[in-house]
Amino acid sequence: MTKPPALTRAVERGLAPFRGRRAAHLLPRARLGGPMPWVIAIMVALTVLAAGGGLALDNLSDRARGDLAGSATVQIVEADPRQRDRQAQEAAAILSQDGAVEELEIVPQERVEQLLEPWLGIDNPQDTVPIPALIDLRLTDDADETTLERLRHLLAERAPAARIDAQAQWLAPVLSALSALGWAALGLIGLLAFTGAAAVWLAARNALGTNRDTIEIVHLLGGNDDQIARIFQRSILADAAVGGTLGFVIGAAAVWLMGLQFSALDSGLVAGGGLQMSDWLVLALVPVGAVVLAVLTARFTVLATLRKIL
Amino acid sequence: MAEDEIVQFDNVGLRYGTDREVLSNVSFTLFPGRFYFLTGASGAGKTSLLKLLYLAQRPSRGAIRMFGTDVITLPRDRLPAYRRRMGVVFQDFRLVDHLSAFDNVALPLRVAGVREADLQAPVADMLEWVGLAQRADARPATLSGGEQQRVAIARAVIGRPDMLVADEPTGNVDPEMALKLIRLFEALNRLGTTVVVATHDVHLLRKVPDSLIMRLDKGMLADPTGALRYPPRRVGAGT
Repeated sequence: MTKPPALTRAVERGLAPFRGRRAAHLLPRARLGGPMPWVIAIMVALTVLAAGGGLALDNLSDRARGDLAGSATVQIVEADPRQRDRQAQEAAAILSQDGAVEELEIVPQERVEQLLEPWLGIDNPQDTVPIPALIDLRLTDDADETTLERLRHLLAERAPAARIDAQAQWLAPVLSALSALGWAALGLIGLLAFTGAAAVWLAARNALGTNRDTIEIVHLLGGNDDQIARIFQRSILADAAVGGTLGFVIGAAAVWLMGLQFSALDSGLVAGGGLQMSDWLVLALVPVGAVVLAVLTARFTVLATLRKIL
Repeated sequence: MAEDEIVQFDNVGLRYGTDREVLSNVSFTLFPGRFYFLTGASGAGKTSLLKLLYLAQRPSRGAIRMFGTDVITLPRDRLPAYRRRMGVVFQDFRLVDHLSAFDNVALPLRVAGVREADLQAPVADMLEWVGLAQRADARPATLSGGEQQRVAIARAVIGRPDMLVADEPTGNVDPEMALKLIRLFEALNRLGTTVVVATHDVHLLRKVPDSLIMRLDKGMLADPTGALRYPPRRVGAGT
């Protein structure tokens, strides 16, 4: 019997990594696989949903903030219609001369009545309830309190019934709620990532226990920790890739359908929450992240366990 | 330690947990190219001593040098390189259940990074040699005890190790196959491989006239003359 030349060359090459299909072949597929692709699919689908929701909320919040940042409303709260109209005209004239005001519009009475119709009905509400005159202001900069205070001072003499408020102030609680929902989505993604990693950790430990004899043999034949970890990584990689793809398809379809539902509401605020192409790219990174997380979790679990044996 | 000493145990002791020592003050030297039998009654500590030899266990005390290196203090990530220089036949075979006989025998070569194309012929030759060419695709569960043992032996010697460690390698085979396996070990030994065979079969000892016998008794190595610890040099041994 002569020394196999193949082995001589391998020894000369040094410790070549034992990986790929041959290495994966060492573990019975079903033992490591099991429900793992489904667990990862569910995790990815939920993460895509949470991330999609979070991104939509972020877009909505950004757009609302952008729209409202330089906007303010002047209300002329005066019961006498003639006085109200006069003060509205005076206020518009004064404000249009001010450098801080980019544009303004006296909201037509019909449109104000239209806005109030759901609450006051259609039978000439102005006859029963005094309705303030409204002026929409678009400022050159943000509608901060200093600017508004200066404008109030300007109007104080000739339009004493005028009240000026930043539009963002009205929506502040809504924007705050949207921001909270965004953080909640982020927290949910974190929890899902943690749960997914924990599931992979459990699966890897279970697979290590089930395949302990095989691992010990590879170990005693001179296999190193990295080689053994690669066997598990490859197995979990296949599971995670299948689960991740499936989960992304399910999650993305759900996000897309929900987007269609919301866009059908035809609401200005909700319409601002649509997803951009960059958002879809971010969602596409979810399954990639899941695969990386699963493979790294499996690797560190296996290496940590192997370090306990000689 | 001279360079040509392959293994040196110096006052090695081994205990599992807080139990009494299963090996006490074991000291011996193994030279390359020699054939050693390790004997002793059941429970004498043969398997424990072999575990220390094939680096599956660290001793509780004492010093062990293998291939010129202190393997006690060696970082564990450097141990695989030393394990690859050894072939091991386990008492319970320890074949991988879901792999065929061929894949089991090929395993050390694959672990060592041998290309698939390069291992086909050596593995087929080895299976032919142990009389299992026709059972290359069989799983261990479908092989008899003797066939499993031959696969285990083929796996241990396929990589032409520097040292072969075999724990009761003839325990499950008929006398004819036992003799054939011993002849295989001798052939390997003639090529320079140090062979250590643990056995309680005293008849086997007579089959290899040049062999050295290490006898364990209740965890102690019987070496009244110190010949195992300080063996006389054999001119040209292992070279």
